[in-house]
Amino acid sequence: MTSPIDLLLWTVLPYLTIVVFVGGTVWRFKYDQFGWTTRSSQLHESRLLRIGGPLFHLGLFMVIGGHVAGLLIPKSLTEWLGIHNELYHLVSLVAGTIAGLATVVGLAVLVYRRWSVPAVRKATSNNDKLTYTVLGATILLGMFVTVVVNGVQGGYDYRVSIAPWFRGILMLQPDSSLIADAPLMYRAHALFGMALFLLWPFSRLVHAFSAPVRYLIRPYVVYRSRGETLATRSAARRGWDQP
Amino acid sequence: MRPMAQLAMVMNLDKCIGCHTCSVTCKQTWTNRGGVEYVWFNNVETKPGQGYPRRYEDQEQWHGGWKLGRNGRLQLAAGSRIKRMLSLFANPNLPAIEDYYEPWTYDYRNLTDAPLGDDTPTARPVSAVTGAPTSVRWGPNWEDSLGGAPEHAATDPVAEGMRARLGKSIQLEYEQAFMFYLPRICEHCLNPSCVASCPSGAMYKRAEDGIVLVDQDRCRGWRMCVSGCPYKKVYFNHKTGKAEKCTFCYPRLEIGQPTICAETCVGRLRYIGVMLYDADAVGRAASVKDDKKLYPAQMEVFLDPHDPEVVTAARRAGIPHDWITAAQRSPVYSLIAEHRVALPLHPEYRTMPMVWYIPPLSPVVEAVSSTGFDGERAGNLFGAIDALRIPVDYLAGLFTAGDPDPVRDVLRRLAAMRSHMRSINLGEPPDRYVPKSVGMTAEQIESMYRLLAVAKYADRYVIPTAGISRAHELESIGTTCSLDTDGGPGMGGASTNGHGNGQTDLFTWRDGERPEGMFPSLGRKR
Ligand code: HEM
Ligand code: SF4
Ligand code: SF4
Repeated sequence: MTSPIDLLLWTVLPYLTIVVFVGGTVWRFKYDQFGWTTRSSQLHESRLLRIGGPLFHLGLFMVIGGHVAGLLIPKSLTEWLGIHNELYHLVSLVAGTIAGLATVVGLAVLVYRRWSVPAVRKATSNNDKLTYTVLGATILLGMFVTVVVNGVQGGYDYRVSIAPWFRGILMLQPDSSLIADAPLMYRAHALFGMALFLLWPFSRLVHAFSAPVRYLIRPYVVYRSRGETLATRSAARRGWDQP
Repeated sequence: MRPMAQLAMVMNLDKCIGCHTCSVTCKQTWTNRGGVEYVWFNNVETKPGQGYPRRYEDQEQWHGGWKLGRNGRLQLAAGSRIKRMLSLFANPNLPAIEDYYEPWTYDYRNLTDAPLGDDTPTARPVSAVTGAPTSVRWGPNWEDSLGGAPEHAATDPVAEGMRARLGKSIQLEYEQAFMFYLPRICEHCLNPSCVASCPSGAMYKRAEDGIVLVDQDRCRGWRMCVSGCPYKKVYFNHKTGKAEKCTFCYPRLEIGQPTICAETCVGRLRYIGVMLYDADAVGRAASVKDDKKLYPAQMEVFLDPHDPEVVTAARRAGIPHDWITAAQRSPVYSLIAEHRVALPLHPEYRTMPMVWYIPPLSPVVEAVSSTGFDGERAGNLFGAIDALRIPVDYLAGLFTAGDPDPVRDVLRRLAAMRSHMRSINLGEPPDRYVPKSVGMTAEQIESMYRLLAVAKYADRYVIPTAGISRAHELESIGTTCSLDTDGGPGMGGASTNGHGNGQTDLFTWRDGERPEGMFPSLGRKR
């Protein structure tokens, strides 16, 4: 029997997160194209960014890849492929630590830069500060469970608890009891993760949705017709209610 | 043949007095907002000098524009698409704000608020970026009229190029130094590397008039265009996180008015008109092997608007009738293609720039006269061109990728014009040898003289409008102002909060306000 708190945290909150994440992104995309940007601060400072930026992002992409592999691919599939538990554990520990370390160090450089370069500090909004806090907490907790819980303390098989819970949410068969008994740090990591996704559409993180992959196949020079967009016409409304 | 129309500009450097009126009026119009304090869509630099941003012409350092790949095909100088995608997280070629200059203002309040004391209060400079007290070390025009030249001008990339090519250094000693002013705006290139660098596809070249613009709604702040432009004429607004650039004042051009910088130029040295060109030929012309062939190659791309075949093709391509007639009367076409006195700026960047320059000649007359000879006699003038105070080779480094011959030809045509017109003014029979020696007729020389010396407003600016059928809409430009909010002038970004156009930005969302149109209204539509 799951307690009401568990139900709230592991069934209601995840769906709320999904609704806000998807709905918020659609809302922001429709409503606030002009605010949709990386708001790069490289003009103010390059040296630290050139270390921190790539380290953080490339580490993060590995981390994201690891999450996809760990949460979405069922244990039965890897076992059927002949990958033993120990091997999987070792690979996830080593790769996870490397990726996590790159991310953490990268983020540390970026945060230090935000703090110490006056112009960058001035360009940091409250929204940014909240994003950094939640993002940092999520990543540090994730790093902690990987290195300490999963490594030093001998290992915890999240693939029989957390991963099925996660897939249950996506398949509309939520089961809070699966995650309710996971170690505290895992649950905290998941909670902060959800907070991050709640924040995502309303922060600078939306830039991740604009990863310009189409650029790889586009012709170099873009032509666009003036068409209906004469400067002298009143600009088309970009909000919801078109006149 | 695929004819397209391009609005282009020619500037006559002989007439530029370096007054910066163009820069100031452009700034007042377009970049007097937060986040672009350091941005000058139009700037006037002194040559020789490092320019703005510093040493932007050194593409070994900045990797702007195009280069020929090993397979002979055009590619961006910053590297392949994959390489540039991987450098999205930190752009290795982006100038820092110090490369432009750190913008500043003064603490004027101290002048009125300072407590009574023995010393007169001062207004100290404060950084416009951080608000902290600052010391001013460099500015948008630090090198005006050779200020600091002995220290800085030797690192002018054009001068360095000349030294590398010919082993000749420029003279910086007081009595031998030379200088001229170079006003620069976006070149609205035929082969724009900024557009090609933009990962989001937010930058585009307008099909109707060739103006290169940034869609403020689609820009995602990847800042690759800033480094992609070899002229460094795309700027990053550090407050809105979007790229901004010279718009060729398209809202004005659409109703037939010249750009602000041209309109307010006290020297009346700018010309605006239509050029027809063959879009199919651009890629080939931009990839000719020899840098020095790029100027002639670009000339080949232009179409003769008087040629009936071109007119038919242009009409078939949907270019409106008034644009074709404007191209036939275009002062820009005359100067570039008929009189051949205008040259492109740095054709070696391979972007096919469309703001061209008539190189300066003035000091030569003085120089010849001071030696006791008649400074305006053609023979003396021609002979003196190679002894010009402004070295032909320096001009060649700016305008023809180092080939002195086209520059010399232009200067000879300008010298011939002086000599011919002087004879007419003095009532002497003009020497028929003079026009012939520069490959022109007397009529041509006189028509060029009219265009360069007496052309009125309507002759300098031949600008077809964006369409008569829209005339009543165009009128509204007189009654609305699209420029008065942060981050939103023209360029696709309209005003933000409180102007009822249903758009806001979460970062400027003020307390206690609910901007119109932010949420879908569930009630019945009125
Ligand atoms: C999908 C591909 C992504 C690309 C191409 C990308 C690119 C960028 C770029 C260009 C910047 C601006 C750096 C600067 O000049 O100041 C940036 C900043 C940032 N990105 Fe990403 N990003 C991506 C995904 C993500 C993801 C998934 C996250 C986090 C969950 C993320 C978090 C951040 C943060 C926190 C910053 C601010 C760094 C700082 O300036 O302190 N990005 N990103
Ligand atoms: S000069 Fe203008 S059109 Fe050409 S590359 Fe630079 S910004 Fe683009
Ligand atoms: S054309 Fe307009 S935007 Fe461009 S430099 Fe001139 S005044 Fe400025």
